[in-house]
Amino acid sequence: MTAPPGDEVPIASNDDVVRVRQLVRTAAAAAGLSLVDQTKLVTAASELARNTYAHGGGGTMRVERATGEEGRPGVRIVFADAGPGIADVEQALSEGWSSGTGLGLGLSGARRLSDEFDLRSEAGKGTTVTVAKWAR
Amino acid sequence: MERVPILKIGDVLLVSIQVDLQDQTVLALQEDLADRIVRTGAHGVIIDITAVDIVDSFIGRTFATIASMSRLMDSETVVVGMRPAVAITLVELGLSLGGVRTALDLEEGMRLLGAGAPGARAPAADHS
Repeated sequence: MTAPPGDEVPIASNDDVVRVRQLVRTAAAAAGLSLVDQTKLVTAASELARNTYAHGGGGTMRVERATGEEGRPGVRIVFADAGPGIADVEQALSEGWSSGTGLGLGLSGARRLSDEFDLRSEAGKGTTVTVAKWAR
Repeated sequence: MERVPILKIGDVLLVSIQVDLQDQTVLALQEDLADRIVRTGAHGVIIDITAVDIVDSFIGRTFATIASMSRLMDSETVVVGMRPAVAITLVELGLSLGGVRTALDLEEGMRLLGAGAPGARAPAADHS
């Protein structure tokens, strides 16, 4: 069930979303994140994995150990899809904005739960979201 | 896909989630509960999430939907056993679950529903 650091896993089903949570939990615990921070990162990853599957038409997730400011250990996760992309990133990141199927908390929530958040999207090309969280 | 079993104790339907919640599992639980409330006439639903290590926006929203739905069918839902880390994360996520009643554990949840300890005869639920 555990992938080596930096391994890429597919997100092509609801089961894969559950698997992403498990992989991120393992990586976050190994990096020394507190239980609360692990839970925040796993929740953010769950939101982003669901977006990759439901809106991006499936894609991949890569989780790796990383080092933040002042050498703090942590985890970085990259979600990538080759889906339709997000036409208005600003709007998609505003709280409560929804494409129609959810509460509109997915992206804005994932950003709030992470220490680092980066979203790149191009219409027709796909979306890449990177999040990271560091041990305190 | 796994299905979450629904137990009946007196006037209360009890659901204890012991699996990793996949979206389809949560939706199936919602439908199964609606069906069981109608068939049994239960006046209370307890969802025990002691073993659930994350609640994201989809899972949280479905709990809220179950609570509203059961209320429309004369049944009160209580979510019990939320872990501290899950509660902190939900608030930061922006999901306060305002419409969902909660209790710290199963026993408190039963008391909230006026059902007392399992095995006791359930009196009419007192929601005051």
